Amino acid sequence: MNKRPFSMQVDLDMFTPASDKEKEYLVKMRPSSTFFKDGVKRLIKNKIASISLLLVVIVALASIILPMFWPYSYDQQLGLQPGKPVDPSYNNLAPFEYGRTEMKLMEEGVEIFPHLFGTDALGRDYFIRVVYGTRISLAVGFFASIIVLLIGMTIGSIAGYMGGKVDLVIMRIVDIIYSLPDMLMVILLSSVLKVSLGPVIAGTVLEKIGSNIISLFIVFGVLYWVSMSRLIRGQILSLREQEYVLAARATGAKGSWIITKHLIPNSISVVIISTALQIPNAIFTESYLSFLGLGVNAPMPSLGSLASEALKGMSSYPHRLVIPAIVISIIVLSLNLLGDGLRDAFDPKLNG
Amino acid sequence: MSNKPLIEVNGLSKYFDVNTGLFKSKKLKAVDNVSFSIKKGETLGLVGESGCGKTTVGRTILHLYNPTSGEIVYDGKKIKSKESIEEFRRHATMVFQDPYSSLNPRMTVSDIIGEPLDVHKLYSSKKEREEKILELMSHVGLNSEHASRYAHEFSGGQRQRIGIARSLAVNPDFIVCDEPVSALDVSIQAQVINMFEDLQDKMGLTYLFIAHDLLVVRHISDRIAVMYLGRMVELADASEIYDRPLHPYSKSLLSAVPVPDPKIARENKRIVLEGDIPSPLNAPSGCPFRTRCPYATEQCAASMPEFKEVEPGHFVACHRVGEIN
Repeated sequence: MNKRPFSMQVDLDMFTPASDKEKEYLVKMRPSSTFFKDGVKRLIKNKIASISLLLVVIVALASIILPMFWPYSYDQQLGLQPGKPVDPSYNNLAPFEYGRTEMKLMEEGVEIFPHLFGTDALGRDYFIRVVYGTRISLAVGFFASIIVLLIGMTIGSIAGYMGGKVDLVIMRIVDIIYSLPDMLMVILLSSVLKVSLGPVIAGTVLEKIGSNIISLFIVFGVLYWVSMSRLIRGQILSLREQEYVLAARATGAKGSWIITKHLIPNSISVVIISTALQIPNAIFTESYLSFLGLGVNAPMPSLGSLASEALKGMSSYPHRLVIPAIVISIIVLSLNLLGDGLRDAFDPKLNG
Repeated sequence: MSNKPLIEVNGLSKYFDVNTGLFKSKKLKAVDNVSFSIKKGETLGLVGESGCGKTTVGRTILHLYNPTSGEIVYDGKKIKSKESIEEFRRHATMVFQDPYSSLNPRMTVSDIIGEPLDVHKLYSSKKEREEKILELMSHVGLNSEHASRYAHEFSGGQRQRIGIARSLAVNPDFIVCDEPVSALDVSIQAQVINMFEDLQDKMGLTYLFIAHDLLVVRHISDRIAVMYLGRMVELADASEIYDRPLHPYSKSLLSAVPVPDPKIARENKRIVLEGDIPSPLNAPSGCPFRTRCPYATEQCAASMPEFKEVEPGHFVACHRVGEIN
């Protein structure tokens, strides 16, 4: 016992070998976690990001579900009853006010659904118009970002992977599109497309969506993929020098295999983040185009066109300008914060 | 070990274009006129300083770089056309130096090991694929429960085992090992080296073993080739080159091998070379080693020494090989 006075003397009888059950328990202790699961876990831990996510989901769901059972529709002029003269008492109602016929009905004891935000100058329920406008804005934002993502990712990954002359040509095209003044191009393109698209899509499913929204998507598709493709090209340029790509080439993998199995999965975090940040950008662009009168076709509202219409009566009915502005701010702010949260959660530099 | 060479490399060169100005470019001779052959079941060690072109030789053999000139003959067939390269890649694979960057961090171990199977479609059902992967994992000493893990959950040695399992997936005959142990610490190195030897015995593999650790190379190799500045300067049996190096560069390289016995180490005289390895962009005329060679003469500057067999199986590229030994 005194041979090694400085080492701890351990009585081996105090130990028993682990049973199979215990071993199994140890093996199962830490389930293998994927990169994606880790990211989601980190995202949920981030309070600001999860509140933003919740807000976005609530706003999106509300804009989809509410119009289904709301008693008024976005294009219904309440003062306009068939066979009767126009009732001007419905125009420009303040929040929670009622039109003349509605007051009469209420005196008789009929319950009338309140106009939460009042009505607009043509006697349309303003709340449902805001909800509908939110739906349009969100839809434009999401779909435009997806279009941008698809085009940008395809072109960017091809340019990055092929390198050489292909890369040179694609990147010079990107430079040219970059050097055009955005705003001017957007306005020019959408005013030209608005006119020329009408007859092309007449009679197809696309007509329902409206030539203006389609021209918006085209504008996004044509102009905004460039920054996405630059980003992805940069990612892929740095990733393709990695040894695992070389290893895949050594086994005889083709370019498409390497891009889809190795390069894009490894740049996916950057892609998610920039897509999330692209959505508010697209919503903004849609709003200012609608504000300038190049957005959605009337009577369909969008948040931008609502604000634009409200501008005329700004001093008498300020709430009509403030409400869509607040909704835009909430959507854009929460999407931006969500994008930041995604970056924190999925940034490859943070997980070792 | 049979006498028939499995792979022959004849006059292999690989030059890279390096931009030196806006419109000027220079040829960087990474590998210049290298020839050797490896017999079936043999291990050829390839040693040399950093930047002497060892890795480029390995990669060019596998056509990861297009060779500038020279030919590669595998099992009697020239590897040149697209089809022959594709076919060749089912017989020849590579183990990479860095076990950290050579495994895709977004793929599970079973996907990494199964990738060559997927690329060459070497299975008929999902079950067969899984069985093959588990078999490969047991070959390299990994547990089956590791299959669904990600590479970052493993230590360096285990990662290198994953890389080796991947290179074994197509059931190859020839493996280029590009410094497979230099990123590992010494105790793990021994394990991995022993595994390479076991696999060679079991599966009859042929290795081109690239390394800069001379002790490791001596342990595993049957023959050793020494490279300097993109050229091969000496090639001989492992024991021969250790006991009796003929080229002055090999001599100095081998005198730098640490000996784990201080008495012998004190007696051994190290041949210290002067200066640095010249840039391969401005390689010296004649013999590339002449700027640092203690025996260099005018002849060395005037002409490139031929890589010739001075003794049976012992090749040296030096004008003065007869005089200095």
